[in-house]
Amino acid sequence: MHGGVSSVSAMALVTRTDRRPSLVSLAWRSTVGKKAVMAVSGLIMLLYLVGHLVGNLNMFFGPDEMNGYAHWLRTIGEPFLKHSWFVWIVRFGLVAVVVAHGVSAYQLSRRDIRARPVKYAHQRQRASYATRTMRWGGVILALFIVWHLLDLTTHTVNPRGEAGHPYENVLATFSTWYGNVIYIVAMLAVGLHIRHGFWSAAQTLGANRPGRDRILKGTANGLALVLTAGFLSIPIGVMTGVVS
Amino acid sequence: MAADSGPSQKTEATQATDYADYALGEPLVDTKAPDGPVAERWKRRRFEAKLVNPANRRKHTVIVVGTGLAGGAAGASLAEQGYRVIQFCYQDSPRRAHSIAAQGGINAAKNYRNDGDSVHRLFYDTVKGGDFRSRESNVHRLAEVSVEIIDQCVAQGVPFAREYGGLLDTRSFGGVQVSRTFYARGQTGQQLLLGAYQALSRQIAGGSVEMHPRTEMLDLIVVDGRARGIVARDLVTGRVDTHLADAVVLATGGYGNVFYLSTNAKNSNASAIWRAHRRGAHFANPCFTQIHPTCIPRAGDHQSKLTLMSESLRNDGRIWVPKAAGDERAPSAIPEGERDYYLERQYPAFGNLVPRDIASRAAKNVCDEGRGVGPGGQGVYLDFADAIARLGRDAVEAKYGNLFEMYERITAENPYEAPMRIYPAIHYTMGGLWVDYDLQTTVPGLFAIGEANFSDHGANRLGASALMQGLADGYFVLPATLNDYLARHPHEPVPDRHPAVHEALGTVTDRLYQLLSNQGDRTPDSFHRELGELLWDECGMARNEAGLTKALARIPALREEFWRRIRVPGSGETLNQSLENANRVADHLELAELMCLDALHRAESCGGHFREESRTDGGEAERRDEEFSYVAAWEFTGTGTPPVLHREQLTFEYVHPTQRSYT
Amino acid sequence: MNLHLRVWRQQGPDADGAMAAYDVSGISPDMSFLEMLDTLNEELAGRGEEPVAFDHDCREGICGACGMVINGQAHGPERTTACQLHMRHFADGDTIDVEPWRAAAFPVVKDLVVDRSAFDRIIGSGGYVSVPTGSAPEAHATPVPKAAADTAFENAECIGCGACVAACPNGSAMLFTSAKVVHLNSLPQGAPEREERVLSMVGQMDAEGFGGCTNTGECATACPKGIPLPSIAAMNREYLRAVRKGR
Repeated sequence: MHGGVSSVSAMALVTRTDRRPSLVSLAWRSTVGKKAVMAVSGLIMLLYLVGHLVGNLNMFFGPDEMNGYAHWLRTIGEPFLKHSWFVWIVRFGLVAVVVAHGVSAYQLSRRDIRARPVKYAHQRQRASYATRTMRWGGVILALFIVWHLLDLTTHTVNPRGEAGHPYENVLATFSTWYGNVIYIVAMLAVGLHIRHGFWSAAQTLGANRPGRDRILKGTANGLALVLTAGFLSIPIGVMTGVVS
Repeated sequence: MAADSGPSQKTEATQATDYADYALGEPLVDTKAPDGPVAERWKRRRFEAKLVNPANRRKHTVIVVGTGLAGGAAGASLAEQGYRVIQFCYQDSPRRAHSIAAQGGINAAKNYRNDGDSVHRLFYDTVKGGDFRSRESNVHRLAEVSVEIIDQCVAQGVPFAREYGGLLDTRSFGGVQVSRTFYARGQTGQQLLLGAYQALSRQIAGGSVEMHPRTEMLDLIVVDGRARGIVARDLVTGRVDTHLADAVVLATGGYGNVFYLSTNAKNSNASAIWRAHRRGAHFANPCFTQIHPTCIPRAGDHQSKLTLMSESLRNDGRIWVPKAAGDERAPSAIPEGERDYYLERQYPAFGNLVPRDIASRAAKNVCDEGRGVGPGGQGVYLDFADAIARLGRDAVEAKYGNLFEMYERITAENPYEAPMRIYPAIHYTMGGLWVDYDLQTTVPGLFAIGEANFSDHGANRLGASALMQGLADGYFVLPATLNDYLARHPHEPVPDRHPAVHEALGTVTDRLYQLLSNQGDRTPDSFHRELGELLWDECGMARNEAGLTKALARIPALREEFWRRIRVPGSGETLNQSLENANRVADHLELAELMCLDALHRAESCGGHFREESRTDGGEAERRDEEFSYVAAWEFTGTGTPPVLHREQLTFEYVHPTQRSYT
Repeated sequence: MNLHLRVWRQQGPDADGAMAAYDVSGISPDMSFLEMLDTLNEELAGRGEEPVAFDHDCREGICGACGMVINGQAHGPERTTACQLHMRHFADGDTIDVEPWRAAAFPVVKDLVVDRSAFDRIIGSGGYVSVPTGSAPEAHATPVPKAAADTAFENAECIGCGACVAACPNGSAMLFTSAKVVHLNSLPQGAPEREERVLSMVGQMDAEGFGGCTNTGECATACPKGIPLPSIAAMNREYLRAVRKGR
């Protein structure tokens, strides 16, 4: 009796799974769902960038402010969280988000390239620069993140690399020509990426509507400009001696 | 078959060719139409029809050729009932059938406007509009079914125009006094077709319809006197195959492309109905063709087809030509006093809104007088200057903006500044395969629906009625009557090796071989153009005995030249559009001859058929009911040999024939 | 006018193709692009050569049969179909490149003719309202707000020509699919199958091998019927809604 019931329900389950495995996996396998993963992960990173920028602007207020801010970050959540836990949670979260963004981008790009195997003989300029550079821009940003972590998180490649002294470490980075070049190129890439990415995420998540297109594009441009200018202000500040 | 063909049966002195020497056969009687009150007949017919048990329907296969409004609706509806449907279209997708190009709207006797409309009034208007050459039983059924069509289409999600209250909007159309035309901007045909296509697609995906796109029917297979299949060519691989079934439905549209230049799609053709005609289906009223007055005139010899603009333009546009022949001044330079607003002058009561046939003929007359405008003098002005002055440019733009845009795109002239030029063009064919009340042709098991059959519109179709008839046939009439046929005639399967199957296949492949192997020097298009011009001149807007006799002499010669000089490049094993075209032109060359003969024999003027010999003292069309109140159904006897005429007498119990008058 | 054409010629689906050069003369500016090709084809046929195969039918811009990439643009330089593009938009002596739609899901059949049956299968997977003939309620039983009716119409205008796919660098069919999803999902008649429809149609679209959307907007720019880009957003919204609702 008992066995009979469970086999019936198991069958029902099997039938249902047959038809539609699970909506999450269905969505992940679809282009629309995967694109939504990209959009959400992108927006989380964008949110992080905003916070990151606001924090970094402490550079303009001297070493004590900057280093104090860095220290404060590790105390967030105490005593509920132990020291540095918050930072680690954010780091793990960001890694997950970056991986999700990257994996879906990679898979979608492969699919897109397969979907258009033959190019037109008559080539013409298509789409905007920001749109066309999303893929390479993404790769550049991924490489930048690696360098950025090695530079200012693990201090592996930082000329000074003293834990607990981000202000001095940042100065050290921007005192080398390559540090400036890498950083400036990456920040321009960030701007372009956000310019198309923010609007694209809105479109992907269904937030765009006939009357809203211009507002969304405007917001995307504004965000891109503010973030790029904000981040660039630091190396420029160092170069011009405003920050020293 | 061909009954008595004594010399006494011949009409007129038309001895130009043997072909005109037709014989008179047994009268045709529509045995399926019930009698009794006209409003009860469809109900009775449906009740008396035998049914096929739902469990047995799967065992019946029905072939449907064509996926327009009639075919798409029929295929979907039959599959929903449970029949196995095999469907064909020459286009790459069933969504592209030419019903898609219909602009204006679809009539239905809903009386949502409370303006006195009713099924009976729609019935009355349609019989009268058809100039009393259609069957009362059929037309009444059409009017009854019209209301169900709107319900069906709305439920499918067809985005009809709506008012702010969320209810359906209607407008009035061509010479009718009620507002019964439902529409979806200027794309009603597209939206209705997509509705049918979507219903069909659902059945295709569900496996109930086996769809063969890019496949053209080239012959009908008749076994033991019944239609049992078709021969069709896969246009991509060139493979010619036979497809067998218990019944065959032709929904292949009209034959307006015989004229080369028409508003039909480039590939619309008469091959399916003509092949069926050759296999025994009588062809009814082939000379009844409709010429639409508001088309964009041809721009030159390169013209490949003509584009229609909705006749709603005549609501506000004024039609005129210069008073003097050969006046080549720009329209703006011609003063008011030297313009002839000829429709307003000749038909003061209706003015620019006279029915299609009258407006078309009047345009032809002024052009024949040398007063036509534009290239070749083949055009008249349709002027909105007064409307713009009266209503303002914005109001005119709101009403006709999309049409003005289309006109400007094609002609590069701005109709807000200079008057449009328009000219009539072949648009629709009322004639087609003869069918009884059940829509069955004279070949048992072969049905014809939509524009492919002759019924319902008589000698002239009213605006917004083509969509109504196509959908009525496809959704509601055929599915009911086909049931009866299948229930009464349980069929054994036809073996693939049956001699009739073999013979049909052989006929098709021989003909294709002949076309491909001929070492000629002329293209199919060159013959098509030549035939079209001949027909337009002699069997177009106005016809007379001399011209038709001349055409009847010329067509066989042209046909002979075709088979001698045709050249089709490429092979039959791949997509070969020249071959497709040549095959269609070959059929047009036979059908054209029958059209001219029909026009010659019908020595009266009625609806779209205007015989110059038959007119009133005022020069208007004169119907001759005592002699010609019948459907002319022609029986094929051989290529170029005189056909046999079977008459189906028309009786009018409810709508009594009167002479139309619009002055 | 005289023109130099370079046209993609390909004998069959599995054959190799190449651009072939032709000169045409005596072209009238009033000709449509297809009538210009007719002129070329009559010449070729007259010489016993095989004419260039291309899909066309209504030649009024509504059936969606014609479609070719002209100088790198789907349907050419004007926002209309190839049959409604007139030669007055070109200049005497121009060189014009004519290629078929390019997408993995639209294999070339011959010359400029491609197989777009994938579109039919997308519609078959859910682009309908399940309403068997005869089962419809009275048309006025459900009023439809005018705004919804207008949105539905705007999207229902799609002619299925495939220009969106041809123009998209990813060969994506999002604009086509979204037009039908938005048409039917905006109407009360389409509501009962709303979730099922969008899930199935997106699933079929992916299964056909179309690429994903990277929001380049090329599709909407090429669309001869002006299906707007926000329709894609609306479909995304419908899709995510269906996933959230767990159906």
